[in-house]
Amino acid sequence: MSRVRTPVVTRWFDGEEEDFRLLGTRCARCAAVFFPREDAFCRNPGCSGGELVEVALSRRGRVWSYTDGRYRPPAPYLSDPELPWEPYTLIAAELAAERMVVLGQAVPGVTVADLKVGMEVEVVPGVLGADPENPSTTWTTWNWRPVGVPA
Amino acid sequence: MTGDVAVLGVGMHPWGKWGRGFVEYGTVAARAALADAGVDWRDVTSVVGADTVRGGYPGYVAGATFAKALGWQGARVASVYAACASGAQAIGTARAQLLAGLADVVLVVGADAAPKGFFRPAGGDRPDDPDWLRFRVLGATNPAYFALYARRRMAVHGETLEDFAQVKVKNAALGALNPHARYRTAVTPEEVAGSAVVADPLRLLDICATSDGAAALVLSTLEYARRHSTAAPVRIRAVSTVTPTYPNTVLDLPDIATDSAVAARPAERAFRASVAHAAYEEAGIGPDDLSLAEVYDLSTALELQWYEDLGLCGEGEGAKLLRDGATTLGGRIPVNTSGGLASFGEAVPAQAIAQVCELTWQLRGAAGARQVEGARAGITANQGLFGHGSSVVAVR
Repeated sequence: MSRVRTPVVTRWFDGEEEDFRLLGTRCARCAAVFFPREDAFCRNPGCSGGELVEVALSRRGRVWSYTDGRYRPPAPYLSDPELPWEPYTLIAAELAAERMVVLGQAVPGVTVADLKVGMEVEVVPGVLGADPENPSTTWTTWNWRPVGVPA
Repeated sequence: MTGDVAVLGVGMHPWGKWGRGFVEYGTVAARAALADAGVDWRDVTSVVGADTVRGGYPGYVAGATFAKALGWQGARVASVYAACASGAQAIGTARAQLLAGLADVVLVVGADAAPKGFFRPAGGDRPDDPDWLRFRVLGATNPAYFALYARRRMAVHGETLEDFAQVKVKNAALGALNPHARYRTAVTPEEVAGSAVVADPLRLLDICATSDGAAALVLSTLEYARRHSTAAPVRIRAVSTVTPTYPNTVLDLPDIATDSAVAARPAERAFRASVAHAAYEEAGIGPDDLSLAEVYDLSTALELQWYEDLGLCGEGEGAKLLRDGATTLGGRIPVNTSGGLASFGEAVPAQAIAQVCELTWQLRGAAGARQVEGARAGITANQGLFGHGSSVVAVR
């Protein structure tokens, strides 16, 4: 069966392999960066408001913190209750250039035992899973991967 | 103090999993508070409810629902939604009405029948809602965020799982003394360590449950309290409901990212600390004046964070304060003498009101076996999803 790969959220990320990036927006007036993207108004209260321009975030950051999910999260998380629950790992990564922290799931196979606060991670394309109600659709996402760990 | 209002009465429905409706819980708490105040319901001039979702109707309701259950009597009404800060905002609304002369005695009620398991967003596809998005995209439950904070504290301050467990041990011992608490048995560090990991490094006994429960207050102007011959009532001296300051640089539930700090300098105080600071400023007191504090211990590690955000100790010294015994009964500044959410669980619209019930009993010297000797001033701290600050200062 051919699968349609669809981003879990539109316009939050784009690109393939080395060119994969998280996409935010930047205010043309005050240079504030927003992720998730702000497309309507700059949220800096000291800014009179500028055009919000799409910007790719840094590929690499450092682990601010991390955890995992040992129990199945409720909907709207996509998960087939018929299958045994496989814990995922969550990483909060600090991006130096943007001076912000961005959450993401770790690449499959990375557990909390593999992580340390301060470790370097990079953003890579990821798969959230097939849509249980529409199995021809595979939802794509972003993952954080410790630098030096093969895909 | 012109900003003060009197707490004439307090009441609760015991917390637990009772399998009944929130209206019943709230009405029991309201009747208890009215009886405690010695005020006839028909003399109440305003009722303020902290909102919950009514099953079968996609709306948030509270004030009028409780007014109907108690018997329509024509009072002014308001309903307030601010997630976990709903109770504090209901108190803030009541206080504003009293100080503005719009009412002279107000009933504040919060109640809920919480679902089991993880809190989850409302149904439907709602990609504009950050709360929906964090579940959809990341599966990030509330405990996942508590665990991120806990791991960060371990990395930055060197705290240990044993430190976190000691918070639960302390709060469970205090909750065992509280007839309104859901969990009333002592817990050992071994029991915490032996409970299942929910979100590493936090275990089941590090994380608060969801509960049914209700809490209510009868508040009045000082003038009404005098006429009512309540000579020296407990007084609410401050209600802080501040929002964060951009850029909010601490990852906050339910956000997927922090604000970027490239375009604006972060405020000197992080959001949680600013909630307490605003309360201290309004009350004209500081941390050294406190006899006790009730804080929002969604997780054991988060209670340690509040010690620092309330200024009870310096940054990174939370675990030391706990280890020194300062925050238990008999210590310098007892925290969560009620047993905290560790012993109550979350009944969202009720919990910030329940914190003020505990302050009131303590300040009256009526807290029984968990009484803080000579209590004169107390603070509550709480935080509502989506940027709702919540802190109340009460004095005697």
